[in-house]
Amino acid sequence: MIEFLTENSGAIIQKTFEHFYISIIALLLGIIVAVPLGIILSKTEKVAKVVLGITSILQTLPSLAILAMMIPFIGVGKVPAIIALFIYTLLPILNNTYIGMRSVNKDLVAAGISMGMTTIQTIRLVELPIAIPVIMAGIRLSAVYVISWATLASYIGAGGLGDFIFNGLNLYQPDFIIGGAVLVTLLALISDFILSKVEKWATPKGLRIVR
Amino acid sequence: MLKIEHLTKKYRGGKKAVNDLNLEIKEGEFIAFIGTSGSGKTTALRMINRMIEPSSGTITLNGKDLSKMNPVTLRRSIGYVIQQIGLMPHMTIRENITLVPKLLKWSKDKKDETAEKLIGLVNLPENYLDLYPVQLSGGQQQRIGVLRALAANQDIILMDEPFGALDPITRDTLQDLMKDLQQRLGKTVIFVTHDMDEAIKLADRICIMHNGEMVQFDTPDEILTHPANDFVKEFIGSHRLIQEKPSAKIVDDVMIKPVSITLEKSLDEAIKLMVSKRVDTLFVTDGHGRLLGYLNVEMITSARHTTQSIADTMNREVEFVKTGTKLQDSVRRILIRNLKNITVIDEEKRLIGLITRANIVDMVYDTIWGEENTEQ
Repeated sequence: MIEFLTENSGAIIQKTFEHFYISIIALLLGIIVAVPLGIILSKTEKVAKVVLGITSILQTLPSLAILAMMIPFIGVGKVPAIIALFIYTLLPILNNTYIGMRSVNKDLVAAGISMGMTTIQTIRLVELPIAIPVIMAGIRLSAVYVISWATLASYIGAGGLGDFIFNGLNLYQPDFIIGGAVLVTLLALISDFILSKVEKWATPKGLRIVR
Repeated sequence: MLKIEHLTKKYRGGKKAVNDLNLEIKEGEFIAFIGTSGSGKTTALRMINRMIEPSSGTITLNGKDLSKMNPVTLRRSIGYVIQQIGLMPHMTIRENITLVPKLLKWSKDKKDETAEKLIGLVNLPENYLDLYPVQLSGGQQQRIGVLRALAANQDIILMDEPFGALDPITRDTLQDLMKDLQQRLGKTVIFVTHDMDEAIKLADRICIMHNGEMVQFDTPDEILTHPANDFVKEFIGSHRLIQEKPSAKIVDDVMIKPVSITLEKSLDEAIKLMVSKRVDTLFVTDGHGRLLGYLNVEMITSARHTTQSIADTMNREVEFVKTGTKLQDSVRRILIRNLKNITVIDEEKRLIGLITRANIVDMVYDTIWGEENTEQ
């Protein structure tokens, strides 16, 4: 194991960075698409059911299959990997944004409207700040998923820590398999920890106070 | 000021929540809409700030047709207090109070100034401004709910059963506070309730609604003495009709002269005064006779060794009613809040009298044996 670390230190840093980079871009794209979409869906219940149904189905597709299906359309490399991972980030973020927005007390929204808030203002000043903890929980969940699934991206030539695991499998080198897996787990844990700090920071103070 | 003409709200399926409502509200009036649930009172209220759009009929405010106004602008100019309080949990009390000013894009200085000025009106300390709603009790939260409806100088305040979720003592305190604020600030208040006592206590005129229609719209006294029909009679309850007779008296008719002491005197002098007047409570006033607090014999006993100052010993939380208040109201307060007595003050807060529990006995006596026997 130590041998693995010392002999491959350069590659480890490079692959970890690659892995992180693929994951974070997929996650950011997921946030950019799913949060606003979730907000819009929370306003239209009928459409929401259809859209959430479709994204749940996408979620059940085997990740390896999605990655493989990318090849005929976009080829191999980082771009198809990011697109496939992005699809996976959608459901948890979309679902949590939708649930978070829907669970805001209707009386508060009514109070906002009665004071002369526009629809945009009720979202920005009332619903979104209150839904932040739930939305952030979805983002954290997505982040952990996407980092572990990014391992498979190596299969279509996107690089990342999956390279160690696949090489280990091909060459029968348990050190590589274990080393790769441990690094992926560490990366996921560290990201989750950082995001938990972000969640705490983003949650309005009034919601954190317990009487 | 506010004129409602042929206001009707028909829901799908033809059910009429409000049917042909006509009434005119004058500036500075305190109006209560009262009725059983489903009587259309809340629907009528919400049509005023267009939370619900009328099916037909018009509402005009100072001659302006509300249906031609932008609903968002309209709502920012009308205060609204809801039963569920509805304070924003993620905003400080300061931000909650100045929510409408924020929507109107006031400067920070002006918002702060407003928040600081308003919080004093409801007897809460200024450092509460930086707390969050969860840190306040229900009664305190609803005080903030009321302030929120006043913050942008709204002339009209709509209140939808604002005190319904509070315990009886807190509710009573807030009712007094609301009435006092309304009179001091000259606001027009339209208030929905199903509590007849609340309506009688607060409203200048009461609009009784039943099945979407207005049954009677008049002053509490007129409704109690001349109910329009059997429904009204039943609704207000026979006990109130009878009770109303002896209560024609106001506090000034029966109050006794309280024993008072001025602030600069010593505790020794206070005890001497108590002994000579045979009382256990003294009311403390300033040089102009304005009520500051009270002092009783227990307080003197416990403070005697540490201080001689009345100011340090007295309790500043003293219950009072204004001169001209109905005797019935002040007696009710003594009973509800379990007080020994209640002071009467004039417009300048000068102490002029005292209502004691003995007055309750008089009232009961009047009700049972009639008034003529008491005149001796």
